[in-house]
Amino acid sequence: MSLHTMTLTEAHGLLRDKKISSRELTEAVLARIDEVDPKVGAYITVDQTGALAAADAADARLAKGEASTLTGLPVGLKDLLCTQGLKTTCASKMLEHFVPPYDATVVTQLREAGAVFPGKLNMDEFAMGSTTEHSALQTTQNPWDLSRVPGGSSGGSAAAVAADLCLAALGSDTGGSIRQPASHCGIVGMKPTYGRVSRYGLVAFASSLDQIGPMTKSVEDSALLMETISGYDPRDSTSVPKEVPDYRRLMKDEEGKGLAGMTVGLPVEYWQADGVDPEVMAAVTQAKATLESLGARCVSVSLPHTEYAVAAYYVIAPSEASSNLARYDGVRYGMSQRGGDGLLSLYKNTRSEGFGDEVKRRIIIGTYALSSGYYDAYYKKASQVRTLIVEDFKTAFQSCDFIISPVAPSPAGKKGESADDPLKMYLSDLFTLSANLAGIPGMSVPCGLTRQGLPVGLQLLGRHFDEATLLKAAWHFERTAGFQGQRPPL
Amino acid sequence: MKITKEEILYVANLARLNVDDVEVEKLAAQIGDILSYVDTLEKVDTDGVEPTTHAIDLTNALREDVVHPHLGAEKTLANAPDEEENMFVVPKVVG
Repeated sequence: MSLHTMTLTEAHGLLRDKKISSRELTEAVLARIDEVDPKVGAYITVDQTGALAAADAADARLAKGEASTLTGLPVGLKDLLCTQGLKTTCASKMLEHFVPPYDATVVTQLREAGAVFPGKLNMDEFAMGSTTEHSALQTTQNPWDLSRVPGGSSGGSAAAVAADLCLAALGSDTGGSIRQPASHCGIVGMKPTYGRVSRYGLVAFASSLDQIGPMTKSVEDSALLMETISGYDPRDSTSVPKEVPDYRRLMKDEEGKGLAGMTVGLPVEYWQADGVDPEVMAAVTQAKATLESLGARCVSVSLPHTEYAVAAYYVIAPSEASSNLARYDGVRYGMSQRGGDGLLSLYKNTRSEGFGDEVKRRIIIGTYALSSGYYDAYYKKASQVRTLIVEDFKTAFQSCDFIISPVAPSPAGKKGESADDPLKMYLSDLFTLSANLAGIPGMSVPCGLTRQGLPVGLQLLGRHFDEATLLKAAWHFERTAGFQGQRPPL
Repeated sequence: MKITKEEILYVANLARLNVDDVEVEKLAAQIGDILSYVDTLEKVDTDGVEPTTHAIDLTNALREDVVHPHLGAEKTLANAPDEEENMFVVPKVVG
């Protein structure tokens, strides 16, 4: 077996048994990046020196018997997670040369566990987009078909994991940005419950919706990373002081029983939605049958306000973004266009030069929605509809343990397809963004390939803080359906 | 049109963005489409519905007023485009 193709769990076994060293593993991953990333374009920054130093430190720790399960394992980071001393660009001209003076909490947690960071991964600028084509710095190709997009906004993270350019990665999800690229690239993606994982050091897009989560080659790896990055952080007042479950143990609890006793909800609004690709629908229907064969019972549920979710989201997310992105003023860090005639021209020239079209579009929509005279009609109305969406899920979860649906209406699209039609791109988020509005956890698990060889993902949505049920269902599904380990023909 | 070019220019100024003549046309059309779509929210009866700003019940997160280590001036200023005597330099603001 090539070292770079391993899961975290497999590689940990070999490190623990002294069959390999972290240096060998890290060198294998770096060699793979050298060989394949010119085609894929997943990494904005590769930190060879830092990665090898961390690998050597991990080997020392392993030798002393002080290792954790993540010690010595190469994990890629979406380039909006602050890394002390290593450029964090958000795939924006605004932050192209920004070197954070501190680590994000998730980065600290991984560092303390002994993980190795090969580098920083491409994304849509400031995480705004569903294709990674809105990166201002480079393009990322889908490893399954280089003429297609990897999805987004965590497209670099998804492509890197699928192409074995790291063993796992972290992404962030504001409206589907972990789950949708995971689906398009055939890997496992988890958006945790809002408040489960600290957002400290995550460059903010929409603060009431953003969550960091794992993007992995297997469900077990997802559980492993969740154990490491979850938990309360005094530096994020929205993180929740709840005990972190032993996800891997819970996932395998009473293994022989399969999913007996579990009830799966199928929202009619998702399963009868217009415009879903027939091959996507066939794959998720097959997945439903697999869950039933494992003992789960499927029932129909309703999320009656689904048709308003996209509209509510595209008021709330841009409103929060317009406020968050006000900080880019050319004064303290990031791009600074000086030489104009005063402070106002410094602001305007910096922001006009530094932000790309999609970011500007969302800032303008958000500023409009929050501006005097429009606040009630847009932001307040959308926040009220959000309440109804939260209630929809509460009601649905009274009659089921988790919900399943497609992740995205179609497999990965061709590059350039959605370039000039932002509304079309927004509508493709229908199945994913309600989870962010409601703050519930969601996963994407590979459930098939189309005839053209493009991956399709199954979405699982759960109750607040019930990632354990999603992981358990996904783990059983993965073992039975057998899509784990499929690889793109690179 | 759902949003006029004048409104785009007004809001762009609030957001501190320059928008040229070509961009304003495109933005008015694209944002007009998006706002027309957003108008579907009008169909929802939200009388008496409390707005949600966070989906998880959050209460004030208070802590003891204790001084913790901070970044310090050097690190804080490390990315400054222009700095002088431990301060960020900005263009002249008052005449």
